[in-house]
Amino acid sequence: MTAADPKVTLDLALAHGLTAEEYDRIIQLLGREPTYTELGLFSALWSEHCAYKHSKVFLRLLPTKAPHVLQGPGENAGIVDLGDGWALVLKMESHNHPSFIEPFQGAATGVGGILRDIFTMGARPIATLDSLRFGDPEDPKTRYLIGGVVSGISWYGNCFGVPNVGGEVAFAPEYQGNPLVNVMCVGLVRRDRIFRARAEGVGNPVFYVGAKTGRDGIHGATMASAVFEEGAEERRPTVQVGDPFTEKMLLEACLEAMAGGAVVGIQDMGAAGLACCSSEMPSRAGTGMEVELSRVPRRETGMTPYEIMLSESQERMLLVVAQGREEEVRTIFAKWELDAVEIGRVTGDGLLRVRMDGQLVAEVAVRALTEEAPVYEKPTARPGWLAALHAFDPLSLPEPADYEAALLRLLAAPTIASKQWVYRQYDQQVGINTLVLPGSDAGVLRIKGTSKAIAVTTDSNARHVFLDPYQGAALAVAEAARNLACSGARPLAVTDCLNFGSPERPEILWQFAEAIRGISEACRALEIPVVSGNVSFYNETEGEAILPTPVIGMAGLLEDAGWRTTQWFKSAGDRIALIGPDAVSLGGSEYLAILDRRLAGRPAPLDLRVERDVQAACRAAIEAGLVSSAHDAAEGGLAVALAEACISGPEAVGAEVELPSLGRHDLTLFGEGPSRIVVSVPPRAQRHFESLMGECQVPWRFIGTVGDERLTLKVGGSVLVSLSLDQIAHAWRTGFDRYVG
Amino acid sequence: MRFGVVIFPGTWSDCDFHYVIGEVLRQPVKYIWHRDTDLRELDCMILPGGFSYGDYLRAGAIAGRSPVVEALPDFVARGGFVLGSCNGFQILCEAGMLPGALLRNECLQYRCQSTSLFLENAETPFTRGLRPGQVLKMPISHGEGKYYADPDTLRALKARNQIVFRYCTESGDVTKEANPNGSLENIGGIVNEAGTVLGLMPHPERAAETAMGGTDGLLLFHSLIGSLVEDGSALKR
Repeated sequence: MTAADPKVTLDLALAHGLTAEEYDRIIQLLGREPTYTELGLFSALWSEHCAYKHSKVFLRLLPTKAPHVLQGPGENAGIVDLGDGWALVLKMESHNHPSFIEPFQGAATGVGGILRDIFTMGARPIATLDSLRFGDPEDPKTRYLIGGVVSGISWYGNCFGVPNVGGEVAFAPEYQGNPLVNVMCVGLVRRDRIFRARAEGVGNPVFYVGAKTGRDGIHGATMASAVFEEGAEERRPTVQVGDPFTEKMLLEACLEAMAGGAVVGIQDMGAAGLACCSSEMPSRAGTGMEVELSRVPRRETGMTPYEIMLSESQERMLLVVAQGREEEVRTIFAKWELDAVEIGRVTGDGLLRVRMDGQLVAEVAVRALTEEAPVYEKPTARPGWLAALHAFDPLSLPEPADYEAALLRLLAAPTIASKQWVYRQYDQQVGINTLVLPGSDAGVLRIKGTSKAIAVTTDSNARHVFLDPYQGAALAVAEAARNLACSGARPLAVTDCLNFGSPERPEILWQFAEAIRGISEACRALEIPVVSGNVSFYNETEGEAILPTPVIGMAGLLEDAGWRTTQWFKSAGDRIALIGPDAVSLGGSEYLAILDRRLAGRPAPLDLRVERDVQAACRAAIEAGLVSSAHDAAEGGLAVALAEACISGPEAVGAEVELPSLGRHDLTLFGEGPSRIVVSVPPRAQRHFESLMGECQVPWRFIGTVGDERLTLKVGGSVLVSLSLDQIAHAWRTGFDRYVG
Repeated sequence: MRFGVVIFPGTWSDCDFHYVIGEVLRQPVKYIWHRDTDLRELDCMILPGGFSYGDYLRAGAIAGRSPVVEALPDFVARGGFVLGSCNGFQILCEAGMLPGALLRNECLQYRCQSTSLFLENAETPFTRGLRPGQVLKMPISHGEGKYYADPDTLRALKARNQIVFRYCTESGDVTKEANPNGSLENIGGIVNEAGTVLGLMPHPERAAETAMGGTDGLLLFHSLIGSLVEDGSALKR
């Protein structure tokens, strides 16, 4: 204990975000009052962000096992086998709170954190994706946030040298006070060169490597575990500051040290910094650790043990090194101009022992900080507001007078319109693996030295989750898998980022529990394990929660990179087919949100068996070389999917389509339903395609032909839409830019 | 032809160039650390893209004063070739091996996109296999690629035919709309007076395979390798 430390009291514990019961439990575990440093450790490690205390009981439902899973949840990232000796590492994480307070650095350090999660496993990051949610696009604050977030992601990822190959940007008023910034990263590692965050080997030295420690980000994990009140911007000092150049050096130095075999275990000093690493690493290995803080490289003077343990300064790692190979590690890090300092060693007594200048400032069982963190099963309650929302019938609204105008408005809606403004600020190609660039259903990357490729995507339709969390979350899984199927890939694994309001409110926790049930059900039906993820609660400002937003990140495999397929029509004369059922609804649709500014109704039901069969049929057609394009019909329904297929490619091409009437024309054109894919089939493949669809036993039909300079949509013989390619392209290309330009 | 690909702290196109030269072009290639100055075994040095030293201070400023770059003038004087792409071009300007400077993009944002390049000078060792006016497609990826030179320098560049590439439309028109970063007179690439040092903002290594969307980047390498063969495959050293 140092003389300057404040006296530890219940009030101080409460001010640290702990509850009175939790404080009692700490005293019980220690058998005494905690020191100030120990209180800091508990408050960080027992925060929602680190301990998952409100979510753990629900997360156990998720299917996490499959023969190809090499690492499931519980490590820095999940890993799946790709064959040929390669494995894919994947993880997604949120940086919502920091990005609202300081959009540029908040988003940038979100990228930095997820990159470290990937390379601590021994992998080289090969791609990132970003899933973003903002409030009202008309609000000037939104413009400021988008600009800051996108340039932060761009700055960090571009400088580091990892391509950004996809993602999504969506808008809803519920994100006004709490935007979402979720970043996914995938990396490649040799199957036999995987590293884990375990402090194995009693007596092994513990090395601090990377950037120096400052006072930035102290209690970032705690901030991420509380709702925003007025004046949240005053928390700007809790946002960390990124340095992508140092991160790049750290990547190269870590991979070099790992390749040589000197590294036993490694963990990123991310949320809760050194406190987290020095307890989680020994906890996983059943060991203990002692550290001497006076050896920690610092960039500020007078830092207390409390501050050093809780700092969230970026670009730092904790390494457990094989005894006797210390010099090797020092030499490699010196080459990359980084600090590498031995600050402690692995012990066998299960304790975390922290000293400052030889004086003991904390001595806690690592299990008390990790395994024995509280786990809550709080009450859930179905929100009362749902009944009235479900009772709303979208068909009680009048039909639009002008279908062409309605389609143009939808194409220009910022959630649907082209996101080129965003992704042209991201390096999409460094590493020369990107076979399909952003702007199609999924990003596709080759794996050099093999015939294979991987496809990656992120998905979530939060409006559907809000109206029905169980089905909406299942739909997010189904849609992500469908996007991969459209690209020619078989899904391998999910990484999820679960963004919700405060779990202390029963209605919010119900949304969460239902969403987990939906993800689990869909993942089981489609046979896709969840291998990693992140929970972000407390996404509320002044009592207003965001829409429940479980973002599904998914990676899939193409055995033959040549199968890769893009969403846009290629050649005049190709027949257009719709694979999938006719069940659609305007409930919770983009149409309702844009034309009536309303979020209500019931989304169309999802049949997971049909979903699986439709995806299998699409993949089979792609693998047999029978389709020129494949595009999932999602937000905006079939009309928007067809328009996008006409104009999103390098060369626009028209289409003439006759749609089967599903009742009212607005339902036929803009109704949204799961399991629907638009493909184009060259004339030579038409017969083969017909017989394949028959074999697959899926609903399907030809609906039109590619060609000409217009998009023409007919229902029951009457022309509802006849627009020139220029008209639809203009709406779609400028719809997003007008809010950000 | 023996290539050396330089790695500065923060370089990221090193692996891409190494792959294209070694695996696509099947030429001998090795990495050169930024502290190395022994370039005797090499014919062409590649300064790849990236953010050397984080581009702190100015893009390429710190790398422009590194040991390997200080060894380049001798290497060039002995008959060696240098190709600097993206950050490599910025470094060559910072080191004074090419005239002018690369400023922040006019749009004040990073740009990653495909560009078309109008070939102005088909007489350099890097472009000898091409015809003047040919349009090449290569992507760019940078935040600081706006080429600038003062009027005297620009006049000299033109007089000595040192402008190699200008950004253009797909059909070869050099227009304002085709200029992705606000470069002076759409300049995308230049050479030194002897034509043996080429700097360009686009990435030829990203346009070297059909699967990556095109192979126009290879044309520079084919010209270069061809030049060496014509010269008797040996450097004067």
